Formats: sequence, structure tokens, C-alpha cells
Amino acid sequence: MSSRNPLDVPYRERERSITLERMGADGDEQAPQYGTEVEPDTELFTINMGPHHPATHGVLRLLLTIEGEVVRDLTPLVGYVHTGIEKSCEDQQYWKAITFVERMDYLSYYFNAMAYCMVVETLLDEEVPPRAQYLRVIHLELNRIASHLFSVGTSALDLGAMSMIFYTLRDRELILDLFEMSGGQRMHPRYFQVGGVVEDIPPGFEAKVRGFIRAMPARIDQYEAILDKNEIFLQRMRHVGVVSREQLLGLGVTGPLLRATGDPWDLRKAAPYSSYEHFDFKIPVGTVGDHYDRYRVRMAEMRESLRIVEQALDGLPEGPYITSNRKVALPPRDELATSMEALIHHFKLVTEGFRVPPGEAYVAIESPRGELGCFVVADGSAKPARVHMRDPSFVNLQSLKPMGENTLIADLIASIAMLDPILGGIDR
Amino acid sequence: MPDGTGLELIAQRVRARLGESSVTGTAYYREQATLEVEPRSVRDVVTFLAREDDEPFEFLASLHGCDYYPAEPRLGVHYQLMSRARVERLNVKTRVSVEAPTVPSVVETFPGANFQEREVYDFFGVIFDGHPDLRRILMPEDYEGFPQRRDFPMGGEDVLFTFNEHKVPRWYE
Repeated sequence: MSSRNPLDVPYRERERSITLERMGADGDEQAPQYGTEVEPDTELFTINMGPHHPATHGVLRLLLTIEGEVVRDLTPLVGYVHTGIEKSCEDQQYWKAITFVERMDYLSYYFNAMAYCMVVETLLDEEVPPRAQYLRVIHLELNRIASHLFSVGTSALDLGAMSMIFYTLRDRELILDLFEMSGGQRMHPRYFQVGGVVEDIPPGFEAKVRGFIRAMPARIDQYEAILDKNEIFLQRMRHVGVVSREQLLGLGVTGPLLRATGDPWDLRKAAPYSSYEHFDFKIPVGTVGDHYDRYRVRMAEMRESLRIVEQALDGLPEGPYITSNRKVALPPRDELATSMEALIHHFKLVTEGFRVPPGEAYVAIESPRGELGCFVVADGSAKPARVHMRDPSFVNLQSLKPMGENTLIADLIASIAMLDPILGGIDR
Repeated sequence: MPDGTGLELIAQRVRARLGESSVTGTAYYREQATLEVEPRSVRDVVTFLAREDDEPFEFLASLHGCDYYPAEPRLGVHYQLMSRARVERLNVKTRVSVEAPTVPSVVETFPGANFQEREVYDFFGVIFDGHPDLRRILMPEDYEGFPQRRDFPMGGEDVLFTFNEHKVPRWYE
């Protein structure tokens, strides 16, 4: 057990050279899997994949040790888009930090805002009105569909089915139009607010969402018809990248990767938040835990999300869309002209922001990639003392090594695609 | 979540097994249970709760670092344990000083803590004793300082240009 500071070691010596031992005659090395033509004494070769590789879904750099076409060891190196968002949040008032956390995982921005708002609401002990909870669910599930569409499209693109990305992006565009309608922006709309949502959905939004829900199942059918009957796609997905459920759990992996192994773990069901207990939906699970199951789980989750959105629209309660606590939420605009108190609250909230009593809390939600947790330490001021996101991409990335080791480089591309890492979330 | 009573029972079981001094306190705030432990017994407590306790918390959901500046000891490390069977969360928390920021690593019990311990080391300088590969993960390897500490300024860092590259320390590396 050594407790010396690794920084005492000079930089050049710290930089590891990842070179495996040659395949020895002692027999404890794993035998080559792909063909017998692989010479046991073939030279191992260490190369970079990324950070600017189009198939690494962002600036992910992998240090591969390959033996011919077979990956023998891989090390993910991340941090290329680290922008210090967590540090920046410490310099922002609570309500302004929402804008920052949304930029972390840039494909599922509603989830980041949701986790952050929920933890601040926990610290404030603030109730969210039922209508706001339903509106949040509608946007979260639409965002989940958009994120899965992007994931499936780029995965198919990486595996050579190029037309898929055009189709899925076309449908994602419809969802972004809906987001623009309700929040004013296509991405990072900052629609969720501490205590509720920024404003009610506009007239016509519901009809547009219903139109989308009607059209989407047929589209998903079409995608499945494209991919599920594609021999190349199937051969590259089936029985590839299988990692056991126990190993995934040890690595802290959650989300579709875990569900593909047959483990129905979904925080929406296990620990319902934001009225998820009101909706009837199923948790799709796989059986084998290979890439094909992961892809199927994502496709099935999109259908379930559509069902949730439909139920949320049907049961959308009347009432306020944000808490009436004036110490937390801005007063309505029309009150400012007549009420002195509203003016004071408005001024206080915009200049200083609200103060949060000292304490710390951790809240986790189910994002498209797994458990998205947010940990906030409040010191009693109007700015958080610490904001930490447990990003599922960051934790799930550790499963790339068991998934991609001793497979072909081409299978590693499929592994990255099915891992669906968002580097903005990993590096923050 | 275990309630206040459940938390005290957990603390009692840990104390009975690992000694009176292993648990320094409990906190129950906003329906979240926190078990405060001595830094040197973190691994034992976490492993006991995950593997041997009657009501185990077998899943490490997350691991965070934070800086309680100006309170002493300044640095905090939080382990968010979860029981998937009972859907309960327990926060195990420890505090270390900046001068001796050493905490035993839990990577042997939870391999998934690998990246997150590296992250805490990267940003707060907490050294995880027994970690197999304790290097910076998000910041560049030759970065000086621990940027998430509260006394680390925002901005004000030299930007490397051709005209000043010889003035920036260790520019040749």
C-alpha cells in the first residue's frame, strides 16, 4: 500500500506506455479468437483511435493495443472537452446554473436540468405543482426519444447503414420543433425552472405532440424494417460485446446497457419521481446482453416513451405550472404593475437570487443513458458551493474495456456506438 | 431511504463490527441519510455495508468530492450507496484535511469507482490509497493544482502563445 503522491513522479515517467506482453508460451494469455492464422508471436501495436475519429461520437480518444485486427487492450482517455462547468456553477446563482448544467450532456439537456432542479427543490423542500410535473414528464420523454433516435441513427451510420441517420434526424427535427414551440429554443431551452417550468405550453402544442405520437410508431416500424432485416447489421450486432450482468453492476453501469442483460432496473419504476407512478409503461429488457439487445431495448423504450407522453397529455392536470412561492419563482409579469410586493420579489430574485439553507443532497433520475445523479452542497448563500453530476456516460465508459477487449476493431466501433457516450457529459 | 431510526441502526451495526471510532456521526436531512465515518475506515465500512451487512447496500451509485472551505477538515468524499432490492440510498461521507488528504480506495469492492476516484483526485487532490491507476482524468496530466478546490481561482491562467512559451513554466514538456 503506497501513499505517495503520484504528482511527485516526473511527468514523462508517469505517462504510461501501454504495451502488453507478447503472447507467451506459458499459456495464461488468452488464445486468439479470430481465426487460427493469427501467429502467437505477432507483434503488438499501440495506436490512437481518436480524438478526432468520426466514429467515436465526440472527442473520445482510445489507446488501442492491437494484434493484427484484434484489440488486446484499450484505455479510454477523456478530458478533451472539459470546460469546467461544475466550477462555473459555483460562481452562479442557483437559477442561473441551470443554463450551465444543460450544456453537459448535450443530447439529453432536459434531463440535466431536471436532476439539478430536483436536487435544489429537495434542498429548499419545495413542492412542484402537478401540472409542472406532467409538463416535465412530457418534455423528458420527448427528449428521451430524440436522444435514442440520435443514438440509433449514428450507430447505424457507424455500421455502414448511412440512410438511417437521415431518417432518424428527420424525426428528431420534429421533436426539436416541439421544444422550440414550448421553450423557445431547439436545444438547451432552459425550460425547467426550480419549482416548475418557465411557462405553460402554448396553444397548439398539444395537437402537434399528438400528431407526432400518431406518426412515430409507424416510423419506428420502418426503422426496424430497415435494420432488423439487414443481414450485415445483424451479423455485426448479434453476440458481440457481451458483458455479464454482474460485471456491469460492479462497474456501476445503468441504463439500456444494464437492461439489455435482462435486469429491469429503471429509476422511473423503482423510485418514481415527478409523477412517473401515474403512468402505465413497461421496462424493455434484453436476454443475452449483446449489442443487438441494446439496440432493441432502445427501440422499445422509444415506444414506451410515446405511451407515457400520450398518457401525460391525456391526464394533464389544470393548475399552476410553477410553484406559487414567490421566494423561489418569479411573480407573474402582470402583477408587477400593481403589486409592490411582486416588484420587490422580482427585484430580489433577479439580482440576488434565492438563498438555499445549508445542507447537501443527491438526487438521481433515469436519463437515456442510465442513472443521472446530481449532488449539490449548499452553504446558505445564493450560489451553490458544489455541483457534481454523476453522468451515466462517464461511469458507463468503464465498461468499454470488457466490451471491446479481444474483439475486432470493427466490433469496437459497434461497442462505442452501443455504449452511446456523450463526451460533453463525460468531460463536463 | 432508511429513515432516521434505520440510519441509527446501521450506525450501530457498523460500530459493533468495526469499532466505536469508525462512525463519527449521522445526519438525516431532507429524507436523505448520511453516515459520517473516519477516513481510515472508509473502505471497511463501505465493504461491510456492501457485502456483510444484513441489509446490504450492494451498488455504488456515485462518488463525489467537495470542498467545505473554510470549515476544517476541508475536503469531503461522499459515497452514494444504493440497495437495488429495497430501493434505498445511503450516503457515506468522510472528511479529510488538505494537509493529509488520504482515503483508502474502494476500487476492490466497486470496480466502477475507478474513474470517479480519479476524478476526485483530479479536482480535489484527495489521494486514494490502493487505487490501481491514480492519475488525472479530465485535466491535462501536467496540470498543477486542484481546480475544484474553493480557493482555486476561476480564470487567470496563462495562455500559451509563441511569444511567451519560454516564460511558462515547464513549457518544454
